[in-house]
Amino acid sequence: MSDLFAARSQMALSLAFHIVFAVIGIGMPVLMALAERQWQRTGDPAYLDLAKRWARGTAILFAVGAVSGTVLSFELGLLWPRFMAFAGPIIGMPFSLEGFAFFTEAIFLGIYLYGRDRISPRAHFTAAILVAVSGALSGVFVVIANAWMNAPTGFTFDRVPILASDVHPLAAMANPAAFPEALHMILAAYAATGFGVAGIHALLILRGRTAPFHKYALRLALLVGVPAAILQPISGDVAARHVAVAQPAKLAAAEALFVTQDHAPLELGGFPDMAARVDRWGVRIPAALSLLAFHDPSAQVTGLDRIPADQWPNVPVVHLAFDVMVGIGTYLALVGLWVLLSAWRRGAIGRAHFRALAIATPLGFIAIEAGWVVTEVGRQPWIIYGVLRTGDAVTPMPGLVVPFTVITLLYVFLAVVVTRLLMRHVARSPQ
Amino acid sequence: MTLAYLLAGVVMIALTAYALLGGADFGGGVWDLLAFGPRKDRQRELIAHAIGPVWEANHVWLILAVVLLFTCFPLAFTAIAIDLHIPLTLALIGIVLRGSAFSFRAYGDSRAAGVRRWGRVFSIASLITPLLLGMCVGAVTSSAPWDAAGPGTFRSTFIGTWLNWYCASVGVLALAAFAFLAAAYLTVETTDAELREDFRLRGLWAGIVVGVAALLVLLLAGTAARSMQEGLLHSTWSVPLHLATLGVAVTAVSALWVRRWRLARVAAALEVAFLLWGWGLGQFPYLLPPNLTIEDAAAPQATLEGVTIALVLGGAVLIPSLIYLFRVFKSANRTIESP
Ligand code: HDD
Ligand code: HEM
Ligand code: HEM
Repeated sequence: MSDLFAARSQMALSLAFHIVFAVIGIGMPVLMALAERQWQRTGDPAYLDLAKRWARGTAILFAVGAVSGTVLSFELGLLWPRFMAFAGPIIGMPFSLEGFAFFTEAIFLGIYLYGRDRISPRAHFTAAILVAVSGALSGVFVVIANAWMNAPTGFTFDRVPILASDVHPLAAMANPAAFPEALHMILAAYAATGFGVAGIHALLILRGRTAPFHKYALRLALLVGVPAAILQPISGDVAARHVAVAQPAKLAAAEALFVTQDHAPLELGGFPDMAARVDRWGVRIPAALSLLAFHDPSAQVTGLDRIPADQWPNVPVVHLAFDVMVGIGTYLALVGLWVLLSAWRRGAIGRAHFRALAIATPLGFIAIEAGWVVTEVGRQPWIIYGVLRTGDAVTPMPGLVVPFTVITLLYVFLAVVVTRLLMRHVARSPQ
Repeated sequence: MTLAYLLAGVVMIALTAYALLGGADFGGGVWDLLAFGPRKDRQRELIAHAIGPVWEANHVWLILAVVLLFTCFPLAFTAIAIDLHIPLTLALIGIVLRGSAFSFRAYGDSRAAGVRRWGRVFSIASLITPLLLGMCVGAVTSSAPWDAAGPGTFRSTFIGTWLNWYCASVGVLALAAFAFLAAAYLTVETTDAELREDFRLRGLWAGIVVGVAALLVLLLAGTAARSMQEGLLHSTWSVPLHLATLGVAVTAVSALWVRRWRLARVAAALEVAFLLWGWGLGQFPYLLPPNLTIEDAAAPQATLEGVTIALVLGGAVLIPSLIYLFRVFKSANRTIESP
């Protein structure tokens, strides 16, 4: 394993691990705040029980999110020092703002978790709201930093990117990828958490648990998850139209589009045959890609043939990840619409709905991992698109396979422990 | 005074806050590991209750320091991240294990065996992490590693920089200081007279170790961190600073001795803060002695201005929130129910 590959793998693993907890840290506070409000409005103790149990589970996940996030902020330098020397002054601004968002999040989470008997119910509810708001803000800020890597603005540099000059931190934050990515990410967090929680309770109901606790939990989770899942394909379209213009190589890889063409078709599934430069065994919808990317069926879409071969990302990986994300996005949006319509028309949902929801439990999280693979692997070989290559940014430290192995073992261990603790936690919920 | 100096001062403030708050949480873990005697379980419970609501917020000071460092002084961050790859990675593993094990113990595993196992992980990680972080600080203050002309060998660049007696002494100083802080704070956290006596004794011992370790650091600095030692010994502010540090150190230990708990807490915090600022002043204006100054390492002016504005805005939110947090949990001695 080369040092560069080890570094990339360690970064990918650390981010993929952290994002699960970060997403829950964005979504769960909203659910807790809703349960808290219902308890204060109705006085139904099942809501109080719900808020307390959610808080207990979230406390564990939040701690793992905080420490895995700390690992990331060091790893940016430990693995990519040349990148940080260049990018630090440019994107330090969103990271600093994110730091303050973490502060408010951690402070009010402590108050929410431990303060129930020490402050008024109103202050307690406000704390939950503040955790939710600062969680969303920290997500937005860090995604803005990532968006800058995809669409770098706000600086100039001499041919060799070592130090940037003419730096404008605000112009860097206002990069064209920032809005689509941040919107798509926040919706993803609500969709994944909402469907994740709803799915767990749907499964418990299917297994014969009848306590109103589960019905309430399901309802609140759907309240958060369904609107986000329905909006997600729309925000994905916003993101795709940005990528089509700003990062044609990424879109071409995601769609396995080898030849530049107008009336470009959409390839669903299939496997890109890299030698023959065609996508095999996929379903082809004529002109659909042109329509989606430019809202015009005759628009020309750049294919990989216009990109120098040394600047291609890994096409099969990006294409597969993109199809997984879009497939899941379609499933979640359809299930969401179906549940919404049935609940509206008949006032209730049945076993078929519960089954569809139970299947959806992990899907939002899988879509998030897949989406990040599209974004990050699709940017390769660049760490800063068009400016700095990943290979030029890696640390000179040799033997990087060692830290990669150690971090992998640590995270696998933690993942197993967290899963077991949460399963025990869920099993103990009311019958 | 330039903006770069101001922001270097803010980095020092963040590090000081991390040492005084987050450091004490590590120190609590050390006393968890060293808990013994008939009140062993009550000691551990007190520590857990004191840390529970605040450790995540306290931990963010480290993040803030790192973020400010890579934003405002990218060259220094890069040099540190390359040469100290190994101890920083090890410290990160410690940070991960400490935080996760603490929350697994508090919220997750309610079986006695699980509680004991995660308590063990939590306390051992609390012991090792401050040692490693202290060694990294030691490496930053020493002149040798950043001096090397051209690429060194693997041993000289990635090992020799931090694995030496001087850095080890700084590690021990950090560990002792954190344990001392924790003991002093814990006497205020409880109304139980027996527990207070337990932590009074621990505080007195730790206070002595801090003094010895500080002297050792100063001695070993003679070869390893010459420019800092010179700063510490021969500047205009040297004598007043040493007198002040000595003064608060003596106050802290005697206040513990005569059971003036609140005074002991303040004096202990001041002592650790003075030790840290002595280091900061000792190597001023160098960020990485002997070559990289604060101004050389600084980011472009526009970045420094932007970050200053962000700090003002963020501070306006942060400071009232922090005051509220500590009001809610640290003002009265009611017991805290964990959820
Ligand atoms: C619940 C999760 C989820 C779902 C259902 C979807 N996505 Fe997504 N997608 C993400 C979660 C996600 C993500 C993980 O959050 C990404 C990674 C980076 C980002 O900003 O969002 C992402 C990235 C991402 C990108 C790359 C953006 C870039 O690199 O700048 C595109 C083009 C899309 N998505 C398009 C879609 C489309 C057309 C969807 C239609 C259904 C869709 N996504 C559903
Ligand atoms: C899109 C990706 C990311 C999102 C959405 C995200 C979001 C979050 C959220 C919501 C938290 C709060 C803690 C929790 O809920 O468990 C968190 C914690 C953290 N994240 Fe991330 N993060 C992402 C990537 C990163 C990256 C790349 C870094 C490093 C540069 C990072 C650094 C941190 C740190 C340091 C913490 C700990 C803060 C604390 O102690 O409270 N995150 N992240
Ligand atoms: C949390 C969600 C994220 C996930 C799952 C993710 C995933 C990945 C993956 C798979 C890679 C490896 C790409 C490759 O080498 O082929 C990578 C690289 C990287 N990512 Fe992300 N990413 C996330 C968010 C972010 C954010 C928010 C930032 C920065 C602000 C970031 C910065 C980086 C850097 C610096 C690299 C290494 C250089 C590179 O390979 O381009 N990532 N990430």
